[in-house]
Amino acid sequence: LPGRARGGPHAGTGDRVLFGLCALASLLAGLTLAGIVYQVITHANPAISRFGLGFVGHTTWAPNFGVFGAGALIYGTLMSSLLALFLAAPLGIAIALYLSMIAPPGVRAVVGPLVELLAAIPSIIIGFWGVVVFAPFLQKHVEPALHSALGFIPLFGPPQTTGLSLFTAGLVLTLMVLPIIASLSRELFLTVPQELKDGAEALGATRWEVIRGVVLATTAPGVAAATLLGLGRALGEAIAVLLVAGELTQIHASLFQPGATMASLIATQFQNPVNSLHLASMFYIALLLLVIGLATSLLARLIAGRFDVQRTLAR
Amino acid sequence: VSVVPDSAAGDAAPDWTGPLTASGNLRRRAAVNRFVEAGASLAAVIGVAMLVIVVASVVSHGAGALNFGFVTTNTVGVLGGGIANALIGTAVVVTLAALIAVPIGILTGLYLTEFAGPRSRSARALKLALDLMQGLPTIVVALFIYGLIVIPEKKETGFAGAVALSIVMLPLVARSSQEVLSLVPGHLREAADALGVERWRAVRGVILPTAMGGIATGAILAIARAAGETAPLLVNDSLFASNVTQLNPFGNGVPTIPMYILNVFNNATTSASLSGAWGAAFVLLMFILLANIGARVLLARSRARMGG
Repeated sequence: LPGRARGGPHAGTGDRVLFGLCALASLLAGLTLAGIVYQVITHANPAISRFGLGFVGHTTWAPNFGVFGAGALIYGTLMSSLLALFLAAPLGIAIALYLSMIAPPGVRAVVGPLVELLAAIPSIIIGFWGVVVFAPFLQKHVEPALHSALGFIPLFGPPQTTGLSLFTAGLVLTLMVLPIIASLSRELFLTVPQELKDGAEALGATRWEVIRGVVLATTAPGVAAATLLGLGRALGEAIAVLLVAGELTQIHASLFQPGATMASLIATQFQNPVNSLHLASMFYIALLLLVIGLATSLLARLIAGRFDVQRTLAR
Repeated sequence: VSVVPDSAAGDAAPDWTGPLTASGNLRRRAAVNRFVEAGASLAAVIGVAMLVIVVASVVSHGAGALNFGFVTTNTVGVLGGGIANALIGTAVVVTLAALIAVPIGILTGLYLTEFAGPRSRSARALKLALDLMQGLPTIVVALFIYGLIVIPEKKETGFAGAVALSIVMLPLVARSSQEVLSLVPGHLREAADALGVERWRAVRGVILPTAMGGIATGAILAIARAAGETAPLLVNDSLFASNVTQLNPFGNGVPTIPMYILNVFNNATTSASLSGAWGAAFVLLMFILLANIGARVLLARSRARMGG
């Protein structure tokens, strides 16, 4: 059968045409990925040969002086994304547990889709809301409170006037990562066989003990992979961060200072590169983002093992 | 919860005839359980509240800006007029992107389910490529198209933006098509084979019609995603696209809703002058939310039809 279907010698013209079209489309999809890698490397090449790997550690980004280093941007990317992950991972896993283990069926059918709808809101709208509504709120109420309570930690310095900061960026990213982690984890928790949960309950386990001893224990690699995919999303988000982070390419200890991430810097400065080296440096940053994106996806696959986490992401 | 008190908690000789009450260790376990359940419920409330807050914010600010003139007149200057040109532009660019991504995505899904064995090397490589593509930041995809199309053409066009959007859409359409096609009952394929029907006729007459609801769901979700994508358009379509309606994606930059919002935001000096951006955000959000809800309904109906 496969021989016939694949357009072997006995296949009709129609089958051969369909196979050819399908194979061509698949080839195109595969080639696109290769093309992305090739284009980004080619255009980044002038910057790579000029700065080498030192680009990653160098913290000055001054287009007008021809000095380009991604250090400050990597710092901004890491701080905002880790903050997002720090908040979204526990919250998302808790939501997933609620939806798969605790909520009554009627509530599940409503709350589950609502949480997933959060993922559908485009980054431009979240960013716009973030800068107009959320940032002033954080600046007035949350940042002063954190500063007075935890001000001895350099991360929580005095609040700035605008509210545009890596802190705001991290919280906005939380909003964007949360539905990913929540819906992926829920799918994982629903795969845990009912007999295992029933067995634990028959032994007298409370629901939390079932969650800890059976559900989380059997899905831990998948949950880690889901979190990693969420991190990948946060690391690469450009537009929302561009709007709320304040686009300052310097490193400040305080999260309440403005900052910039790799993706947001490209989105800001790509319109008007001052020279070809500036452009190449932005492609170099895109190359770093590409490597990070591929690495998080591959690592998530590796950790997830038997769980096909990305499969549920496509739905 | 009530069981016999264990000896560690109670007296040396438990009173087996007494009423059953929780004590000691069991009471602690029950308390921990209640604490965790309350925490998880609170997390769900926070998650829903986030959605409600953002949507309510956009609706309350945007509904005021919205009127018949706003959606039927072109933008004037940067902050004035309406969004008709941007709405039409988004429709042009997203339609073009869908025309590229949806057929290729469906054919890729067909290749995975009908031609390549699920464990074959080509199927695994293709799935890996699609997953990796889906995990890429959209700004990287945007720069790829900038290098591939905008630099050689020496101008930003709606077409370049549409191709970038199609790359964002492709893995979504392909993986969801593959999912749905693999749910088509095997006996339908076998029945077609037994009748001596050629594979392409079976695909056209049996397999695709059965899976159509699910495939359409994936396509709608991908279109909704593309309509709000900003980075690919910012880099490849012009931020400074003209204020007139652009129906030709190959000529120049095509104005779009996300670019309109960004433009208004960049140029607004007072919060009152942001009203156009709120209005556009409202229209975009309503389209995306309705598309998502519609896609969900469609999926539920087609699942019911396929008996899965």
